[in-house]
Amino acid sequence: MFKKKRGRESAEIPSSSLADMAFLLLIFFLVVSTIDVDTGIGLVLPPPPDDTAPPPPIRERNLLKILVNSQGMILINERPAAVTEVRERVANFVDNANRANDENLSVSPLAAIVSIKTDRQTPYEMYIRMLDEVRGSYKELRDAESMRRFGVSYDRYSASLASPSDDEIRKVYPMNVSIAEPDPGSN
Amino acid sequence: MSKFKKKNAKTKQEVPTTALPDIVFMLLIFFMVTTVLREVTLQVRVELTRAENIEKIEQKRLVSYLYVGPMVLGANTFGDTRVQIDDALIEEISFIRRIMYDKLLEQPKLIVSLRVDRESEMGIVTDVQQELRQAGTLQINYSTRRLQ
Repeated sequence: MFKKKRGRESAEIPSSSLADMAFLLLIFFLVVSTIDVDTGIGLVLPPPPDDTAPPPPIRERNLLKILVNSQGMILINERPAAVTEVRERVANFVDNANRANDENLSVSPLAAIVSIKTDRQTPYEMYIRMLDEVRGSYKELRDAESMRRFGVSYDRYSASLASPSDDEIRKVYPMNVSIAEPDPGSN
Repeated sequence: MSKFKKKNAKTKQEVPTTALPDIVFMLLIFFMVTTVLREVTLQVRVELTRAENIEKIEQKRLVSYLYVGPMVLGANTFGDTRVQIDDALIEEISFIRRIMYDKLLEQPKLIVSLRVDRESEMGIVTDVQQELRQAGTLQINYSTRRLQ
């Protein structure tokens, strides 16, 4: 009679350590996982230069040339400039028609091209800072346009779109940043 | 005495733990699904720069990383600036073209994310970019962290 009872007791799989095993696995995945998303500045490189076809003609006034030398000093259209004034200069240049309507600045935001040229010894950090300033300038312009038209910031407007091709603000202010061809033979 | 004993016996003071494995398993499955295992061991130092106007890359599977930075020789000693793709250091800059072209054939929408050390110079970055242009991988991304 006693034997029969004992046999019935041990018919289950011991599940008390199940939680411990699961915890161990959990801790392993917690340690090895990286949840952070990659963030950065996106850019589309131009296709490789074609020797047979000359580069497309660009009117001088539609091109804003930013040159950063090996000391991290900046020339905007051959004139020295400070880092802090880049943003304002780019905004003025791109949005010329709505602002000063200067004959030396771009015809329209569509035609405006910002060109960034660097030396081989230019610090990478400086180059990124320059790109960041240019992007910041475009962001301000787009934000202002978005507020005027839709009453929301550009981030919220673009997030509400179904596809990026519907972006009306981007059609008004396309970002044309050009990375200048490196000089041949410079080391 | 007998009064106290009776009371203790009636009220259960334990937290019910039968649902604990289920909770833990749920967490476990969540982390298993969201996790990305570290694929590469870095042989160059990459301390990213910071910038303000940056965007997230949502489609992680399109991204291929390219590391540029001083080669790690030992604890706190660094060598020349080198380029690393996946697990290997690149011996010659011109090899990048071939590697990236092969990657582009596998994934036509490839985005090359350049993870460049903040103390690098533009020379090597320009060289890498020229190679990428030759390979046809024109979508690039400069990895930066958010400015605080």
